[in-house]
Amino acid sequence: MSTELAKAVVDGVLTGGVYALMAAGLTLIFGVMEIINIAQGILVVLGAYLSYVLQTHLGLDPFLGLFITVPVMFFVGVGIEWGFVRRLKQQNRTALSILVTFAVAIVIEGILTQFFSGDLRSLHAWYVDRSLHLLGFYLPYIYLLGFALAVAGLAALQVFLYRTRTGYSIRASMQNRAGAQLVGIDINRVSAITFGIGAAVTAAGGMVFGATTTFNPNSGYDLISRLLVIVVLGGLGSIGGALIAAVVALVIEDVTAVLWSPVWASTMFFAVLIVVLIVRPNGLFGRQAARAQ
Amino acid sequence: MNDPLATPLWRGARVGTAGLALIAAVAFPFVFTNPAVTSVAMFTLLFVGSSSAWNLFSGYSGYMALGNAVFFGSGAYFLANVAKDLHLKGGIGIFALVPLAGLFAGLVGVPVGWLALRTRRHTFVVVTISIFFVFQLLAYNLHSLTNGSGGMQLPMPPWLADTYNNYFYAAALVVAVVAIALSWAVRRSRFGLDLLAIRDDEDRARGLGVRTERVKLAAFALTGFITGMCGAITAYYLGSIYPPFVFDALFDVTIALMAFLGGLGTVTGPVVGALLLEPMQQYLTLRFSNAGISLILFGCLFLLVIRFLPEGVVPSLARLLRHVLRTRGEPQAGPGDPPPYDSPADHSPAAREVPR
Repeated sequence: MSTELAKAVVDGVLTGGVYALMAAGLTLIFGVMEIINIAQGILVVLGAYLSYVLQTHLGLDPFLGLFITVPVMFFVGVGIEWGFVRRLKQQNRTALSILVTFAVAIVIEGILTQFFSGDLRSLHAWYVDRSLHLLGFYLPYIYLLGFALAVAGLAALQVFLYRTRTGYSIRASMQNRAGAQLVGIDINRVSAITFGIGAAVTAAGGMVFGATTTFNPNSGYDLISRLLVIVVLGGLGSIGGALIAAVVALVIEDVTAVLWSPVWASTMFFAVLIVVLIVRPNGLFGRQAARAQ
Repeated sequence: MNDPLATPLWRGARVGTAGLALIAAVAFPFVFTNPAVTSVAMFTLLFVGSSSAWNLFSGYSGYMALGNAVFFGSGAYFLANVAKDLHLKGGIGIFALVPLAGLFAGLVGVPVGWLALRTRRHTFVVVTISIFFVFQLLAYNLHSLTNGSGGMQLPMPPWLADTYNNYFYAAALVVAVVAIALSWAVRRSRFGLDLLAIRDDEDRARGLGVRTERVKLAAFALTGFITGMCGAITAYYLGSIYPPFVFDALFDVTIALMAFLGGLGTVTGPVVGALLLEPMQQYLTLRFSNAGISLILFGCLFLLVIRFLPEGVVPSLARLLRHVLRTRGEPQAGPGDPPPYDSPADHSPAAREVPR
């Protein structure tokens, strides 16, 4: 029992890292633009399908394929921001942004259904099916590699935000949008880049997601519901909060599956959110401003 | 400047239109007897009810709830469980349980609302979505109440195929009328003003003595009551229910889109939105059996509405009409209007420019 429990915790941490990467994009977009990107879930699925296409048609390894899929997803994100989000009027922007990104998600789901049908797919590679035997655990290589990828991605994001000029602009816009504009930051450019980064991380997240589970165009709903729970749990706009929330939520889910039953594991995931909200309506690391209307 | 649409003439025209629409709705199944048509009409009426209910809380208070399928599914499963436990036979009597299903859904709305309304704005939206997924998961997992993914059967009504839909159509019409009447009554009451004040500035409304918590929760539960009735009728019509159909994420956004299309926060907006959208959606599903294309078209339609009609059809038309009435030179003077002795000044080009 105790080894099963330890295994559940380790699995939770490893998958939590990947979810943290996907959620970081979502919370970054919220922080800069004050909009919730409902399309984040389907973008992950799109990233998984891109890796799938590269693998089945060009025989490209999913990890090598990231050199293509990450830039592609970046430009998809920039396109969505430029095409739809930027054109929203200031009045009712919050509500409309949710509907717009939902509509984008529906269109992408439709396109994926058209090309790939609703059949379940999955990515294959030597590291997907084999496990590493370590300290009495059997850890699938893909979990380890995915976690390493997530850590690398998050570290790159950290360096980008804290060590580059564009990163400074993004953080300034997160702190005070109007102030950032006053000191000469091109808010449109920052928004486009932010949305691009938010989408680019889904290419990496989607690849790992596609390698660890089967997916179809419908998988976006399950993903976005989890990602939303993670970002609200961590506090909207807080990247560090999203990381901790992702790991905590996934560990709780995996531990529930072992201690109680796998059937209730995903319910537990949402129950955590409800309990936290009763105690702290702003999430674990939310800013007070999130409550002001 | 006076609102040219507030004259008794226009008010009378509005009442007349509403009366005519009601007569047309009652006469509809006698004119169009094709079951395929009456089925679409019934679903349209149910969406008129659900979308008006959504607007009653979210449109008036500005809190975007994207989890109303919680009420829809609760009403549906309540009816299925009561019919099963009491071994009821199919027939008109089942409809008597529909208001009870609505009450049950409204009761579900109290703890859900209490929890969700602790948050605001984006967080509120996300919390409603999360609670929706909790309910969907519960519907899969609570086998004793829902039979999980196996679904539940409802009693089969003994009606003939020709008139089968008419009973459901009548029930849906009653619910739709109740929803519109409630929405209208709330809009004209102090309760409605409280909700609008919350939308404009919640903290200030609270400072001025609006009991915001209570008002929000009451409106949320009222929305649950109407949406639950729509869910119960849908369940009875379909005959069997499954978790993903009655707890459907697309339902959450469809009713919101209808209200947006028609005009957020207006009484007629959600009605117009549902009348336009639901038949179109049913047509798309029938015309393109391929799910991909109908999803793409639905999403694009969605994007076009938000891009070009962010205010909605009803407010945009009203503005156009006002503009036409004002720029026609002579105002349409109703008996209640002040005498236009200062009208010469109004004919100067500058004054004729309508602000905005």
